[in-house]
Amino acid sequence: MSIQVRNLVKSYGGHRVVDDVTFDVAAGELVALLGPSGGGKSTILRIIAGLDSADQGEVWLDGNRVDHVHPRDRQVGFVFQHYALFRHMTVAQNVAFGLDVQGESKDSQDERVKTLLQVMGLQGLGDRMPTQLSGGQRQRVALARALAPRPKLLLLDEPFGAVDAKVREELRRWLRKLHDEVHTTSIFVTHDQEEAFAIADRVLIIQKGGLEQAASPTQVLDEPATEFVARFVGEVNVFDGVVKGGHAWIGSIETPVNGHAEGTKVRLIVRAYDLKFWVDPQGPAKVNRVLPLGDRVRVEAELLDGAPIFAQFPRRSSLLHGIEPGSRIAVEVTHARAWAAE
Amino acid sequence: MVEAKRRVPDAQAKLVFGGIVAYLSVLLLVPLAALVLAVVRHFGDVVEQLTSGEAFHAMGLTLVVAAICITLNGVFGIAGALVLVRQRFFGRRFLDALVDLPLALSPVMTGLAFLILFGRSGALRPVVDLLGFSVAFAWPGVLLATLFVTLPFTLREVALVLEEVGDHEEQAAATLGASAWQTFRRVTLPNIYSGLSIGTTLTLARALGEFGAVLVVGGGIANKTETATTFIHTAVEERQEPAAFGMALILAAAAIALLLFLQNRKAKV
Repeated sequence: MSIQVRNLVKSYGGHRVVDDVTFDVAAGELVALLGPSGGGKSTILRIIAGLDSADQGEVWLDGNRVDHVHPRDRQVGFVFQHYALFRHMTVAQNVAFGLDVQGESKDSQDERVKTLLQVMGLQGLGDRMPTQLSGGQRQRVALARALAPRPKLLLLDEPFGAVDAKVREELRRWLRKLHDEVHTTSIFVTHDQEEAFAIADRVLIIQKGGLEQAASPTQVLDEPATEFVARFVGEVNVFDGVVKGGHAWIGSIETPVNGHAEGTKVRLIVRAYDLKFWVDPQGPAKVNRVLPLGDRVRVEAELLDGAPIFAQFPRRSSLLHGIEPGSRIAVEVTHARAWAAE
Repeated sequence: MVEAKRRVPDAQAKLVFGGIVAYLSVLLLVPLAALVLAVVRHFGDVVEQLTSGEAFHAMGLTLVVAAICITLNGVFGIAGALVLVRQRFFGRRFLDALVDLPLALSPVMTGLAFLILFGRSGALRPVVDLLGFSVAFAWPGVLLATLFVTLPFTLREVALVLEEVGDHEEQAAATLGASAWQTFRRVTLPNIYSGLSIGTTLTLARALGEFGAVLVVGGGIANKTETATTFIHTAVEERQEPAAFGMALILAAAAIALLLFLQNRKAKV
């Protein structure tokens, strides 16, 4: 199912939680709505499902405007953040619910339930009550229930937010695999960029009710459209610099920038992996801490004027040679994004 | 060690504890024991006076009124709770507060209010006259008064559960294609069942025990508007104590049975 969202606006008590949001999702796409909590992502998802109504704007599903179509007639599967399983029904009854209310025969219900429980790795749990399941199992039941009536669009609201890290990892892989097999157009909401990048074909970054960027994970990382996006996806260094001769200068460190006039002040966003440090007794920075983080090492330092700077290196990187707290280092910025400073 | 020592009640604590238990027991059990004793002592008379037509009529009216109250309060309690909890409208908070009015008002005032409305020169008297029945000093008045005083119970208990359960399951049902009725019957109703049963039990207990309102509006007329409680009142006044003892014990037994049921239900919730 293709989706067109046009100029969506929604306010709660005078506060605009969705502010003029427009985007398209192609049929078969798996898209993430990514952004900080309270940024309006869930509200957009709920408006698409028909669970909330927009104050202004339009939602089109497969070329039909659906703003006044009841959720039950939208053929949308919705997975709620806290599962919202029917607490007095068994797992099998939960999964069969959508088929049952739509009048499907008992036999075909049973068959569909059996298949879905199988696919979800829930076989043998059909007679359990939701309270007898683990968080990850409940989430899979919620997914199976949403998928049972073969929705044309699957919407997931922070689907893995309430399960622990290991299960989350598993469910993510599993959702991506499921999508690759079934190709149901899907949108999921998350505040976890790693999750968005791990699963989605495309990421829509939402902040304060507005759409900041809609692009592939790689584009978002390499070509952030706004300073917010650059700072939101991954930990970054932020420097203020001045443009001289096509380069931005941060004290004695320089890096090429494009599209900024000579002499203007710019704000530079530099990712931890777009920096190089090496030992140099005359270098412009001094190491404060060296933190081993599994397969990577994080080096925290400060420039001579006291501004903090950090970088990450592969554990065995030759650059790390001799770097320890107190050592002076040279700094090279290999890649930076610059925005005109306000 | 200090902690462990503290848990052993010393003599003083034991005294206080024992005193509280004794106070509660005496206050709650002594009247009941007195009632049982009185019935046992006059057992022959109790049986004789309670098997009269008047006693049966009173019990019958009480049961019928209670049954209607349970049904109507069930329907309107659920509907009212759904509206008050799930809808947002102007005056909701006011209406919400108003629902508790029957709990705050003395039942005598309730009875009086209905008398004013439906009595000789009552504002609504022409309406019921036109419809061909009467409310004041007739069983519809008893019903109306009991309905009024029992209104909050089911509504409040159901609202409490609705509040706690939230509306996510209903939203899920909607996205799965369920109609409003299907959602209500298969999702909402089973979810509020615990509140409904507790509310119904409280309604029943109050309906069986209501006295002031039904006496004022109904007048306690034998074989007409006399309920179980007004029967006791009349029996005492007419010096037919055994009948009063017997009926009181029946009501007490019913109340205790309801309490036990309630305890059981609440333990399950």
